[in-house]
Amino acid sequence: MSTYALDRVTAQFPEAVAERYLDRTGGAWAVIHAEHLPKVAAFLKHELDFKLFVSIDAVDRLHLAENDPRFEVVYFISSLSRREHVRLKVRVSESNPEIPSLVPVFKGANWWERFVWDFYGVRFAGHPDLRRVLLYEEFQGHPLRKDYALRDRQPLIPERPIKDIFRGPGTSGVS
Amino acid sequence: MADPHKPAAHPHPDVPNPDTDAYAQESELEAHLQSKPMFINMGPSHPAMHGTVRMKVHLEGEIIKDADCEIGFLHRGFQKSCENVTWTQCLPYTDRLNYASPLMNNFGFLNAVEKLIGLEIPERAQYIRVIGSELHRIHDHLTCVAATGMELGGFAPFLFSMEARELIIDRVAELTGARLTTSYGRVGGLNRDLPEGWIERTLKSLDKIRELNVEVESLLSRNRIFVDRMKGTGIISAEDAIDYGWTGPCLRACGVDHDLRKTRPYWVYNQLDFDVPVGEHGDNYDRYLMRIEEMKQSDRILRQALAKIPSGPIIVDDWRIALPPKPEVYGTIEGVISHFKLVMEGIQVPAGEVFDATESANGELGWYIVSDGGGRPYKVHVRAPGFPILSAVSSIVTGKMLADLIPTFDTINMIGGEVEQ
Repeated sequence: MSTYALDRVTAQFPEAVAERYLDRTGGAWAVIHAEHLPKVAAFLKHELDFKLFVSIDAVDRLHLAENDPRFEVVYFISSLSRREHVRLKVRVSESNPEIPSLVPVFKGANWWERFVWDFYGVRFAGHPDLRRVLLYEEFQGHPLRKDYALRDRQPLIPERPIKDIFRGPGTSGVS
Repeated sequence: MADPHKPAAHPHPDVPNPDTDAYAQESELEAHLQSKPMFINMGPSHPAMHGTVRMKVHLEGEIIKDADCEIGFLHRGFQKSCENVTWTQCLPYTDRLNYASPLMNNFGFLNAVEKLIGLEIPERAQYIRVIGSELHRIHDHLTCVAATGMELGGFAPFLFSMEARELIIDRVAELTGARLTTSYGRVGGLNRDLPEGWIERTLKSLDKIRELNVEVESLLSRNRIFVDRMKGTGIISAEDAIDYGWTGPCLRACGVDHDLRKTRPYWVYNQLDFDVPVGEHGDNYDRYLMRIEEMKQSDRILRQALAKIPSGPIIVDDWRIALPPKPEVYGTIEGVISHFKLVMEGIQVPAGEVFDATESANGELGWYIVSDGGGRPYKVHVRAPGFPILSAVSSIVTGKMLADLIPTFDTINMIGGEVEQ
């Protein structure tokens, strides 16, 4: 696993990189300060040819040993010419979960950022259309957070009280 | 009684009506078509929308001015469900991501978990994984081509494809015990070995599938109606496609040679001989041709793999990961304990994180997995290939005709299960 991209990023923006490490499978990661993320992404895309926007997701570290700040947003960007992945992380706190949006740099970031907003409640400043993507607008809360109950239900239309329907383990009929 | 079919009188006859006044002097035969803006809801369960997607289309005449794509009708909490069951129990959930190629989703997830553990699976298991994946790649592409043909008005190719698909499903059912929800892989290998005589039957099925594919291709590839609606519609440039994060046959149709089976070979793909077809224009017709060509390449891979498959174990011999053989469970205390601990607590995957991707039928199927060292995943993120592809559809069809929306939607082969998790 080459660390070419992260070496270049560290050399170019030493103030942006908070931490670097290799995970147990040899993948190279860099933790980026949120405010420097757009320029790092633009540098990766335009200078280093990391153009394929793979995905974004977040991790709620509530139950992990290291849980401050609470959210970790992970970015995966690929280079087709170098055949290499770059993995970035941005850590945000629970009190002000906001990250600059990458939509001006990568068009593909649009729906993924909406996804992270939908399920984790991390806002992306400058996103053109930050709506929920998979859940409905009336939904309360962000269900992939670890403190959102597994069996919580928010039906838009009241569920009919049919006792014979088995709604999965942990529920007793209709709840 | 008033005639209910007769339009009601205009409520304010003095106010000019912009719809009709401008053309009041024209005779009925030469009248202009009214072209005031119109909103049309395609979906959520439109027959041409694979899965449940709602497109809010803003039309002016037949031109799409704006299209807003709304998904989520199939969302069933894939990630949250996985985070609350053991690693092995995630498998049935991964089946349901892509119902046209469940084996690829099974194996992709397991590949990521095995990478996190640092586990090398036996060679025979790697071959069987390749065989299962390529069978399902043909299955997925057949489904897409068949649906495309049918939605553009040809039913015969659909029937031929369904016959070929049925052969694949039969072989998969013999292999895994289920037609669609396979749950066949296990961490460290596979659930069971190939059944008796399966290789010969599969080879016979492949011959028949090849024949049927020739029929389908000859019915569609040079069909005037089909070509006219596919060629030059739904065009996306290579730069845009990469920017949106397209992968798989849709990206390769734009002329980008990117296939994880070649660029980052996994399992035994580097021992097999196959080509990666690449398109040129990035339009619907190229995406269709890509799928036809990829089925031929999968056929090549399958024949080689079925000829070269070695004998040996199909799962690692490590009772911390794979269930012990049944005689050991019934006969020894170590077997009982291992079996009990694996079933009740799950595999103890060491703490850490991994991102791993395999080339599924629609493109890069990526998994980002975080383990906290317990028997359950702490976080399972699936990077479904259809999600970025679908996000680009609005921009592709804007400014084009409404009729182009249907072939575009067909050839990107969006699968509701994986896009909406």
